[in-house]
Amino acid sequence: MKPGVFSKALKSGAIWGFVVLELIFFSVAGEFLSLSDKAFMDWENMLLLLKQSAPIGIIAMGMTIVMVNGNIDLSVGATFAIAAIVLLDSMTWPIFAGLGDWVIPVAWLLALAVGMLLGALNGFIVWKTGVDAFIVTLGAMLGYRGIVFMFNGEQPTSHLNWTLVDFAEAEFLGLATASWFLLAVTFAIWFLMAKTVHGRNAYAIGDNREAAVNAGIRVGPHMMINFAIIGFLAALSAVVFYSESGSVNPNDGQLYELWVITAVVLGGTKITGGAGNVIGTFGGVIAIQLLRKGLGHIGADTSTVNLVIGLILIAVLVLDRQLNIKGKEELKL
Amino acid sequence: MATLTRQQVGTFLAKQGILVAFVAFLIGFTIANPKFLTPDNILSVVRSSAILGVMALGVTFVVISGNLDLSVGSMMSFSTIVVLDLHDKIGPTMAIPAMFAMTLALGALIGFLVGYLKLNSLIVTLGMLSAIHGLTLTYSGGKNMDIVDKEGTWFSVFGQGSALGIPVPILIFVTLAALLGLVLSKTGFGRKVYAVGGNGTAATFSGIRRARTVFMCYIMSAACVATAGLMQASRSMGSQNTVGQGMELEVLAAVILGGASLLGGSGTIFKTVIGVLILGFIQNGLLLIGLQFYVQFVVTWIIIILAVWLDIAAKRGRLWSPIA
Repeated sequence: MKPGVFSKALKSGAIWGFVVLELIFFSVAGEFLSLSDKAFMDWENMLLLLKQSAPIGIIAMGMTIVMVNGNIDLSVGATFAIAAIVLLDSMTWPIFAGLGDWVIPVAWLLALAVGMLLGALNGFIVWKTGVDAFIVTLGAMLGYRGIVFMFNGEQPTSHLNWTLVDFAEAEFLGLATASWFLLAVTFAIWFLMAKTVHGRNAYAIGDNREAAVNAGIRVGPHMMINFAIIGFLAALSAVVFYSESGSVNPNDGQLYELWVITAVVLGGTKITGGAGNVIGTFGGVIAIQLLRKGLGHIGADTSTVNLVIGLILIAVLVLDRQLNIKGKEELKL
Repeated sequence: MATLTRQQVGTFLAKQGILVAFVAFLIGFTIANPKFLTPDNILSVVRSSAILGVMALGVTFVVISGNLDLSVGSMMSFSTIVVLDLHDKIGPTMAIPAMFAMTLALGALIGFLVGYLKLNSLIVTLGMLSAIHGLTLTYSGGKNMDIVDKEGTWFSVFGQGSALGIPVPILIFVTLAALLGLVLSKTGFGRKVYAVGGNGTAATFSGIRRARTVFMCYIMSAACVATAGLMQASRSMGSQNTVGQGMELEVLAAVILGGASLLGGSGTIFKTVIGVLILGFIQNGLLLIGLQFYVQFVVTWIIIILAVWLDIAAKRGRLWSPIA
C-alpha cells in the first residue's frame, strides 16, 4: 500500500462511517425513545428516505461540480421555485390547450430550459465580468426570488394534473420515480466528473485557475457550462418534486442552498475548489436526510435538527483541519 | 483635454458610479412622487434602515478583515428573543446586559473558530446560521415572545423613543457609525484589521496577531448585532423567532454596495452607511411609486452586480474579464 492511501481512504470513507453511525444510533435510541413501534431501519423507511433525499440530492450533484470549480451557487433555491412555477403554470396556458396530456413533456422541457438559462446567466456574468461567483449568485438569489413573486404575487401557484401525479408516485422495481431521478443524476454527474475531459478540467480549474488558463483550458465557458448544469438540476429537482405536490408557494426553496452546501461540504468537497467527488456528496445527502428523519423518529423537533446540523458542519470542518495537519506532519498526504 | 476619452469616463463611473446611480435614483423617484424627498420621508427611511445599518457596521469589520459573517440574521433573532424573554423575568436593567453577554459569547465562539482555528468563515457562519436558529427555537419553544406589560416599562425607548426631535434608532445608528468609523480609521486596531484583510501573511510577519484581530472583528460584529436586536425588540415589544431571517444577505448586500471587497482589505464605515441608505431609499422609492416590495429584489440584484463589476473593472483597467 502506498503511503497516504489509508488516510485518504479514511477521509473519503468518513461520510459513510458517519452514515452507519447514525443508523446505529437512531436504531438503538429509537427502541427507547420512539413513539411508534416500527424499527428505524425498516426497509420501507429507508426507501422513503431515498425518495425524500431527492430534491436536495439532485441539486447537490450540480453544486459538487460548481464547488470543485472553486465557485458557489447561492441562487439554487430561487431557481428551484421559478422552475416549479413555470412547470405548473405552463400547463394551463391556452396555447397548449389542444395538447391534452402531451402538455406534460412540454411543461417539463420549458421548466428545465428556464432553469438551465438562469444558471447559464449566472455563469455568463461570472465569466464576462469577473465578479466573484459568491456575489453574482447572492444577487441572483434576491433577483430570481423577486421574479418568483412577480408571477403570482404572494399567492401560491397550483395546478394538479393527475397523469403527472400518477407518474410521480409510480414505483419501478421498488423505487419511487424521484429516487430513480436521484440515482440517474448521481451516475451522470459521476461519469461527467470522473470519466470525461470536462470533469478533469473542473478539478484543474479549481486547483489552480492560473495554471488551467496557461494549460489552454477555456475557463470561462467551462464555468458557464457548470452553472448551466446546476441550474438545470435545480429545475429538475423542482420538476420531480412538484409533479407530485402540484402547488408552489413563492417562498418555496428558501434555505435550499444552505442544505445543499451543507451536504456537499459534509461529503468532503473543499470550499476552495479542486477536491471533492459525487459519491461523497451522495453520502452527505443521505447523512443529512438520516439526521432529519432520525431526530424526528426519536421525538426531537425541527429546531434540534437545525442546531445539530449546524454543529455537525462545524465539527466536520474542525476534524478535517486536524486530519490535514496530521497528514502533513506524519502521514505525508 | 476637452473631450473625455472613453476610458476616463469609464474610470469616473467606476469610482463614483454608485453615487451617480444613487443621485439618478433620487431624482427619478422625486419626479415620480414629490413626497419622496420630504424631511418626513427621509427621516422615516433612515429610521427603518437603522437596524439593518447597525448590523452592517459590524459586518464591515468582518469583511475588511477578509472574512464573511452569514450568521448575523439568526443571531439578531436570538438576541431579540432572549431580551424579550428576560425582560419579563428579570427586568430590563438586568435583561439587556445578560442578552449582550450571551450574544457576545456566540460571537466569541465564531471568532475562535475562524480566528484561532483558521476555519473557512463562509462554512462556519453558514453552520452557525443554522445552529443559532435552532438554539433560538429551542430557547423559545417555537413560541412568539411578547412583553406582557407594554405600558409599564421604559424598554420601548430604544426603538420608539425620540430625543431632540430625532428618533432614538437614528441616534444610535449615527453614534455607532461615528464611533466605529473612528475606530476603523484612527486607531491601531483599525489599521490591523486592514492589514490582516489585505495580506494576512504579511500582517503576521510584521508582528500583527492575526487570530486575535479576526477574533475581535467577530466580537464587534456580535456587539452590533446585540444592539440591533435590542432596537428590534424595543420597537416591536414582541417578536417571532424568525425576525432576522434573511437579513444576513441584506446586510452583506449593503456592505458590498458600499464598495467593500469580499477579498478583504478595503471598505470604510462611511461607504457602508451609503450602501445602507441606498438600499433603504430604493426600497422606499419603489414602494412610493406604487411597485410591490418584491421589485426591490430584482433592482438590488442588478445594482449589486453592476456596483461590484464597475469596482473591479476600474481596478483592472478594463471592462470585461480577461478570463478566456
